[in-house]
Amino acid sequence: MSGNVWIYIGVMAVVSYLIRVLPLLLMRKQIKNTFIKSFLYYVPYVTLSVMTFPAIMDATASPYAGIAALIIGIVMAYCKRSLLQVAVTCCAVVFILELFLV
Amino acid sequence: MKFDKQQYRFGLRDGLPIALGYFAVAFALGIAAKNAGLNALQAGIASFLLNASAGEYAGFTLIAAGATYGEVALMTLITNARYFLMSCSLSQKLDQSVSVWHRMIIGFDVTDEIFGVSMAVPGKLCPYYTYGVMSLAMPGWASGTVLGVLAGSVLPLRVVSALSVGLFGMFIAIIVPPARTNKVIAALIPICFALSFAADRLSLFSGISTGVKTIALTVVISVAAALLFPKKEEQV
Repeated sequence: MSGNVWIYIGVMAVVSYLIRVLPLLLMRKQIKNTFIKSFLYYVPYVTLSVMTFPAIMDATASPYAGIAALIIGIVMAYCKRSLLQVAVTCCAVVFILELFLV
Repeated sequence: MKFDKQQYRFGLRDGLPIALGYFAVAFALGIAAKNAGLNALQAGIASFLLNASAGEYAGFTLIAAGATYGEVALMTLITNARYFLMSCSLSQKLDQSVSVWHRMIIGFDVTDEIFGVSMAVPGKLCPYYTYGVMSLAMPGWASGTVLGVLAGSVLPLRVVSALSVGLFGMFIAIIVPPARTNKVIAALIPICFALSFAADRLSLFSGISTGVKTIALTVVISVAAALLFPKKEEQV
């Protein structure tokens, strides 16, 4: 860490609030530009995917447990399990596998 | 606008499952915050003010890596960009008569889940419905983060290792379901995994920080997807 934590938090808070509140205050019409709409549509999926792998392998004590959680999580999410169920199952998979692997 | 007790109660009803889910996920986020060097108070206030899982996680990762304020601001902008689009849709769901003050409060907690339930309300959205959801979801999120920081240190390493994966599980639960019906997203996920893996492991990129890599990959891949596969009107 190189800066002041409170300033980091303040910066993040101001940016995330402005992103959320400005459209509510200023937007009277829908966005028309197809490129901007498409870009904003893809951003969450891309950034979450990039952050998930390979980071999930480094988050666990055994990288194999991380991979297993990733695969089982993808299958469960594909079968429309809820956010909570997927998150809890991933935790359980790592806990059980690491009893044997670590 | 008068206080609408019934709408507020509907909000509380839909907010309860959201709050429980947030609590578990925020617990994992608290562990990440602790690893980044934040204490319980700092992490709790961050969660109360930010209400963003991926945005907070990315921010904490950058803080831990010693990033500049500018890098953290840019990363927050990028990871939360989807809330901009959600707020645009949400603005159309509010009656024109809804005051600036109501809009400023609703804007404080636009998340994937609260946006989802708010848009699912039949007809126009009553601000008091969203306030009902927020009154449970926000304490769930902030208290989960605080407990994650506090209990993360007393829990055995084995349990912490398992809980750290909870946040990734949540990311998976957000990115995978749309892939069922959207072929572009179905293709994007493995492409992102592969490029992210390459950027992480190839010595060519070893001099670049994780945060900068995440920003660069997000912008490059999203721009490419938007140019190659622009969304048609009815799909958004």
